Amino acid sequence: MIAMMATGVPTTLVHLSAVDLVIIAFYFLLVLAIGFYLKRFANTGEDFFLAGREMTAWVAGLAFVSANLGSLELLGWAGSAYQYGILAAHWYWIGAIPAMVFLGIVMMPFYYISKTHSVPGYLQLRYGSAASGLSAVTFAIMTILMSGVNMYAMAVVMKVVLGWNITFSIIVSSVTVGIYVAAGGLFSAIFNEVLQFFLIWFGALLIPILGLIETGGWRGMVARIQQNFPGQDFTHMWGPTNSFSNNPMGIHWTAIVFGLGAVQSMGYWTTDFLVVQRVLSAKDIRSAKMAPIIGSFFKMAVPLIVILPGLLGLAVLPMHLVPASQAQPGQFTYNEVLPLMLARYCGPGLLGLGITALVAGFMAGMAGNVSAFATVWTYDIYRPFIRKTAPDSHYVSMGRWCTMIGLFVSIGTAYLAMNFASIMDYVQALFGFFIAPLFGTVLLGMLWKRVSATAGFLGLLAGTVSSVTMFTLMKTDAKWISVFALSPQAKGLAQDMYQALWSCVTCVVVTVLVTLFTQPKPDAELKGLVYSLTEVAHEGHTSLLHRPLVWGIVALVLLAVLQIIFW
Amino acid sequence: MSEKHHIIPVWFFVGFLLLIYGFLILVSGLAEWSHPPTTVLSELHAPVWWGGLLLILGLIYCIKFYPKGGAE
Repeated sequence: MIAMMATGVPTTLVHLSAVDLVIIAFYFLLVLAIGFYLKRFANTGEDFFLAGREMTAWVAGLAFVSANLGSLELLGWAGSAYQYGILAAHWYWIGAIPAMVFLGIVMMPFYYISKTHSVPGYLQLRYGSAASGLSAVTFAIMTILMSGVNMYAMAVVMKVVLGWNITFSIIVSSVTVGIYVAAGGLFSAIFNEVLQFFLIWFGALLIPILGLIETGGWRGMVARIQQNFPGQDFTHMWGPTNSFSNNPMGIHWTAIVFGLGAVQSMGYWTTDFLVVQRVLSAKDIRSAKMAPIIGSFFKMAVPLIVILPGLLGLAVLPMHLVPASQAQPGQFTYNEVLPLMLARYCGPGLLGLGITALVAGFMAGMAGNVSAFATVWTYDIYRPFIRKTAPDSHYVSMGRWCTMIGLFVSIGTAYLAMNFASIMDYVQALFGFFIAPLFGTVLLGMLWKRVSATAGFLGLLAGTVSSVTMFTLMKTDAKWISVFALSPQAKGLAQDMYQALWSCVTCVVVTVLVTLFTQPKPDAELKGLVYSLTEVAHEGHTSLLHRPLVWGIVALVLLAVLQIIFW
Repeated sequence: MSEKHHIIPVWFFVGFLLLIYGFLILVSGLAEWSHPPTTVLSELHAPVWWGGLLLILGLIYCIKFYPKGGAE
């Protein structure tokens, strides 16, 4: 997805009319007004960093799924759908739904009951400073880098799509985000994410509706794709994955099930604090359990506005899109499929809505990263390692300051990325290094009281080091691909999934082995943190329709039905 | 949404946004009715019915979640 920034295609895809500009300007004014309005409510640490822990399940659930529905994802996965077909939907279905249900049913009670403010905060309680510090520092660095990547990605999209100046886009977006997050903290970030959720749906939903009208429905679309790309299967999810060479993604079903479904997605959705922070803002434990499950239903529907436009692009676009690395002047890249489809169907007004949805998605991505950074820096680095005792107001002030500082550093990162386009691919890869092993560390810590502090730290370190090592070896010498990814034909995404799988396995093996030779923490220190020592409120008194477990099962059944339909 | 702070519900802001956008898109669609843009399927006048849908949804949200005083 980042690769689109590397393209030198100078074409401006669309031209905005006056009404489009009014729509965009109104969005900026509204989010600033909301930020100033919310400032009066963000006075304590719990208000600023956890939105007062008073969000309903619906608001927390929408913010949870919206924090991942940024424009990088929209543009990138629509491009992936054009490149790989419906296989890309695995990242929305098996690569998200089981993990969200698992977070809600199994893991959320521990995060919530422990009253932690962050995932590194949980590690601090469960394992102590070493594991927490490692996790906090890597997370803080990565969020700032990702915020800069978002900023630069937005600026480049605006330049390619609208012809706007890159510096103008970076300054306007970062100043706006800085003001409203520094003012209202997580309140502002969550409010903006809910707004963005509606904007993205209403801005993008017309594309599949009009696209299916144009092609004469799903069957008409499939027929056109087969006509445009004879001999290639773009519309089946599992059939072509029985071999690495049978599908354009170069992936095997084992990588999807075990690498993506069991490790990578579990790691992302259950331990990436950027998304988990939204759920921690819920007002009670039932809402906290329900929020990710509500989010899972919306996540299941996202392929309608992301994957389907990519597939429709294969069917209706008169030109063949190309990878960014091969784009010649005048050619369009995979990642431009969504703006192209937007321009195809949307005239004045609707175009402004679509562009605003993209801008909102980028800004929400930045806001999510800087608000998570502010929390982790203040509570997991500054407070335990720099200033242990200070009034609550001092930490709120620190949160506000590091929101602004984080954004300034992000601007630097954005310009760094401008000069080294490929660096951004590595930033994304780096982010993945920590997520898969972290899942092993957190899950073992929650389920097995015997795991010691040393084992938790060394397991996390070993998993991370193994992940970096595998990545480096596969990038520098192709022979390692067949070792780690089981086939020389495994392509990038398949390699990532196996890398996640093996790094998590390494983390778990090292953690278990070290645990056997080290002293566990006393039970008294693990209450509320470990399964066997935590009393989770029974839901027997609530009606079936209000039980998270019931809705979690419904989500999984729906997921299974979708797999069968698109098998 | 917020019992402790009496914050205006986020749904009201969502409604307000949809209301304004719906109005702008609907008016823009009506203005170009006789000379639609050169987009594919422009004869369906999507801005009119999509703008109308946003306008109605926005109105419903605004009315349902209108802050009833005491916003702190």
